[in-house]
Amino acid sequence: MILMPPPDQAVLARRTQIVADLRQIVPGDGVIDTEHERRAFECDGLTAYRQLPMVVVLPSTTAQIVGVLRYCTAHNVKVVPRGAGTSLSGGALPLEDGVLLGLGKFKRILEIDTANRCVVVQPGVTNLGITHAVQGLGLYYAPDPSSQIACTIGGNVAENSGGVHCLKYGLTTNNVIGIEMVTMDGEILRLGGKHFDSGGLDLLGVMVGSEGLLGVVTEVTVRVLPPPPGARALMIGFPTVEGSADCVADIIAAGIIPGGMEIMDRLAVEAAEAFVHAGYPLEAAALLIVELDGVAVEVDHLVALVEEIAQRHGATSCRASQSEAERLLFWAGRKAAFPAVGRLSPDYYCMDGTIPRRRIGYVLARITQMEQVYGLRVANVFHAGDGNLHPLILYNANIPGELERAEEFGNDILRLCVEVGGVLTGEHGVGIEKRDLMGTMFNETDLGQQQRLKCAFDPASLLNPGKVFPQLCNCAELGRVHVHGGQTRFPELPRF
Amino acid sequence: MPRFTPQNAAEAAEIIARAAAGNQPLEIIAGASKRALGRPVASNDVLDISALRGIISYEPAELVLSVHAATPMSEIEAALSEHQQMLAFEPPDWRGLLGSGGEPTLGGVVACNQSGPRRVRAGAARDYFLGFSAINGWGESWKAGGKVVKNVTGYDMSKLQAGAFGTLSVLTEITLKVMPKPQTATTILLPSLAGEVAIALLSQALNTPYEISGAAHLPAVVARRSGVAAAAQGGAVTALRLEGHAPSVAFRVEAAEVLLGRGERLDAAQSAQFWREVGEVSPLLPAEGRVIWRLCPTPSAAPEVLQGISGAFASAEAYYDWGGGLIWLSLDAAAAGPDAGAAAVRGAMARAGGHATLIAAPAALRTAVPVFTPLPGPLEALARRVKQSFDLRGILNPGRIQEGH
Ligand SMILES: Cc1cc2nc3c(=O)[nH]c(=O)nc-3n(C[C@H](O)[C@H](O)[C@H](O)COP(=O)(O)OP(=O)(O)OC[C@H]3O[C@@H](n4cnc5c(N)ncnc54)[C@H](O)[C@@H]3O)c2cc1C
Ligand SMILES: Cc1cc2nc3c(=O)[nH]c(=O)nc-3n(C[C@H](O)[C@H](O)[C@H](O)COP(=O)(O)OP(=O)(O)OC[C@H]3O[C@@H](n4cnc5c(N)ncnc54)[C@H](O)[C@@H]3O)c2cc1C
Repeated sequence: MILMPPPDQAVLARRTQIVADLRQIVPGDGVIDTEHERRAFECDGLTAYRQLPMVVVLPSTTAQIVGVLRYCTAHNVKVVPRGAGTSLSGGALPLEDGVLLGLGKFKRILEIDTANRCVVVQPGVTNLGITHAVQGLGLYYAPDPSSQIACTIGGNVAENSGGVHCLKYGLTTNNVIGIEMVTMDGEILRLGGKHFDSGGLDLLGVMVGSEGLLGVVTEVTVRVLPPPPGARALMIGFPTVEGSADCVADIIAAGIIPGGMEIMDRLAVEAAEAFVHAGYPLEAAALLIVELDGVAVEVDHLVALVEEIAQRHGATSCRASQSEAERLLFWAGRKAAFPAVGRLSPDYYCMDGTIPRRRIGYVLARITQMEQVYGLRVANVFHAGDGNLHPLILYNANIPGELERAEEFGNDILRLCVEVGGVLTGEHGVGIEKRDLMGTMFNETDLGQQQRLKCAFDPASLLNPGKVFPQLCNCAELGRVHVHGGQTRFPELPRF
Repeated sequence: MPRFTPQNAAEAAEIIARAAAGNQPLEIIAGASKRALGRPVASNDVLDISALRGIISYEPAELVLSVHAATPMSEIEAALSEHQQMLAFEPPDWRGLLGSGGEPTLGGVVACNQSGPRRVRAGAARDYFLGFSAINGWGESWKAGGKVVKNVTGYDMSKLQAGAFGTLSVLTEITLKVMPKPQTATTILLPSLAGEVAIALLSQALNTPYEISGAAHLPAVVARRSGVAAAAQGGAVTALRLEGHAPSVAFRVEAAEVLLGRGERLDAAQSAQFWREVGEVSPLLPAEGRVIWRLCPTPSAAPEVLQGISGAFASAEAYYDWGGGLIWLSLDAAAAGPDAGAAAVRGAMARAGGHATLIAAPAALRTAVPVFTPLPGPLEALARRVKQSFDLRGILNPGRIQEGH
């Protein structure tokens, strides 16, 4: 069970007054007070955790956000930003004593600048909405999380979201070139813009992936690109998972960076095939999908190279798409993998660790052993190019104790990822889900440095507290005396 | 002037902890090849970390390289070449530009977020920086990021260290994502275009799916100094680089020329030389008697920025890289006056959006003139708090980015 910081009783006692004050700042229907309406915001994509927020505020202008944050700072009220609420790590989980600040009304595309290949949007625009706005001009926004029809660019910035194509085209951080944000004390800041790089400290770089803990993003400038003129996919079956992973390693070693490269294990393949009938090889222990994109001569050239590498690694089947329809069919099973697995089990829990790819055989063998220990099944889908695992743990929440068992199983998988030289999360974020595991990757000094950075942005720790870090910190103390291993090393001297 | 030469990270941490206790600032150097970059550091003591060198691990199939921070670039390049891999951000050698000797190190490249012509397509040093170990201003060793290519665990501290010029922490170990080297490259040179026309054409080229990985325009006076004969024929040159697998490059070069016009083609070797010069700023060298600025405007506004500056200074020489997103500008030092031309340069940039850095100038000028674009008040205050969160007492390279922190 994941515990949240105890609510501030003094704030709860003032709730009626706080709601009334917030209505002064955000008039009309922008302040949601009734329990019934607040219910809609009680969780994000990590649905096992629910908490009714104290009040929901849906501002429609940056000035209102400034007003809300100033007010909350002055009155010591916590704030949780929220986009579409698709986070899988509980980053947008409300706080009992906090304002849930929804960015849903910030839906405008502000500017399309083809000469500089960028688009300026409000944070509530969906990921796919950006591509829709520019595809008529022969451009698109590259990062493509599977949730792209629903998730917002503000949420993508906060989580540094990835997608199937990020080995070649990068994560959110590599495609966002500017933001406007508001700090907890109500200051509006612009970081980056339409130009390259930052002139001084790269504060934009650290805002991306900060999980709503450093500031509220109110405007985003993204790079848009001309889409590759064509693409073909290969569907390759292997008798062992190791065989598929070795094939991936050799494709990369041969100097090829595919647009996408995904592995599914037998259970995931079976589930997907039963659901969408993509013609997946059911006899294979692992299915590798490789997509090559670019101009036609390049794609055909690379398809031939990859076919050859696959044969060398003992592929039992290998098909290259001959038409756009067939390419999409190959992908249909992978794209439907989550809902397909959902048909095997009432509930599933999606993990997100990254490992060095060469350890995949070992890691999957260990996961299989753990399946016995926990008495739960796992289907594996895997962003193979970048080593990002998505084990889906099947469980039934109606059976008492099974959710807890699934969570413990998940934690063991993540510990294993760290043990083999990997990390806790490749794209879904720490949130509350992996918060208490941060100590497996980072020691106290590492986390202390991260928390001091938080203090530079939000000294009162009012913005999304209880997320990412296993302990709250007292910035006043961190600033005044530097504590090392529980001891004060140097009495603090005047500044500089 | 005291000089500390730790032999390992633990010794370096010890030295910094002692310096912090005594409130004694340190200038951090590795190869010292970029010591003349940024504001001169307000310190007499030097922390020379050049002993922290060597490759820790390199997994070509994982695209991951980990090294001790002061590993010479030459060593890294040699190791990567063996596996036909590279640093995709193409870090340039600025020793000619800065008039310095020394051996460039990866720590210096990352600390200065130095990227070359391929940045327009592939991203900057910061985009390949996966994780690190470092020492903060209290002398504490800490780490962030990871050794895998995809990771969002905790704040992305790597981005903040890249381009911090050693003011936040001393990097001791660095992990980077590496990429396959393109099999071949061709550069198309289009002759005699005016600046505005060239920038519009480069923008058009970058909007095609032909994967342009270099997009520069050199006016006639500058192009004439190129060591590549085809570029130095007298007129302006507009250059487009295409890289990749041979059949693909051949097709894209043809398609690009059909769309943008026929030009002269440089083969892979000439292309490598041309873009090395562009990255190293050699068309503006030697810089005796001149000051050199690096401007990053909104790309489409670049010609207007340059017109504004040239209006104020007849001595201005310049060229564009990154499709206009980068302008290298050289001014006659005497004509530019006591502010090195800062008022005119930053005035022209203010309308365009972006930033301008004074790169090559005598130390006295780099002390007197803000080297980096001054930030608006609230942002400046935040940057100061961020600095303090790593280095409360200003021990590490104080004053390198901004006076006072
Ligand atoms: C079916 C499904 C598939 C998914 N597939 C992928 C995938 O392929 N790749 C991937 O990376 N992720 C994936 N996700 C996870 C999720 O969609 C992403 O993390 C997404 O970026 C969250 O966006 P959101 O708008 O829903 O944000 P929310 O869930 O509302 O919020 C996420 C975090 O961002 C913060 N936040 C939101 N908006 C702002 C703002 N304007 N300013 C500051 N902080 C803000 C919140 O406080 C919270 O911490 C998937 C989720 C689902 C449900
Ligand atoms: C592929 C490639 C090949 C190259 N080949 C060559 C070559 O053959 N020859 C050549 O001369 N140049 C080469 N370069 C040039 C190189 O780009 C720079 O000139 C060089 O990196 C300068 O580094 P330095 O270590 O000397 O930096 P320094 O001048 O020592 O430092 C620069 C700045 O970084 C800070 N800093 C340095 N190390 C750290 C650290 N560990 N932690 C925190 N801050 C730090 C310093 O305090 C200072 O602010 C090459 C670049 C590339 C990419």
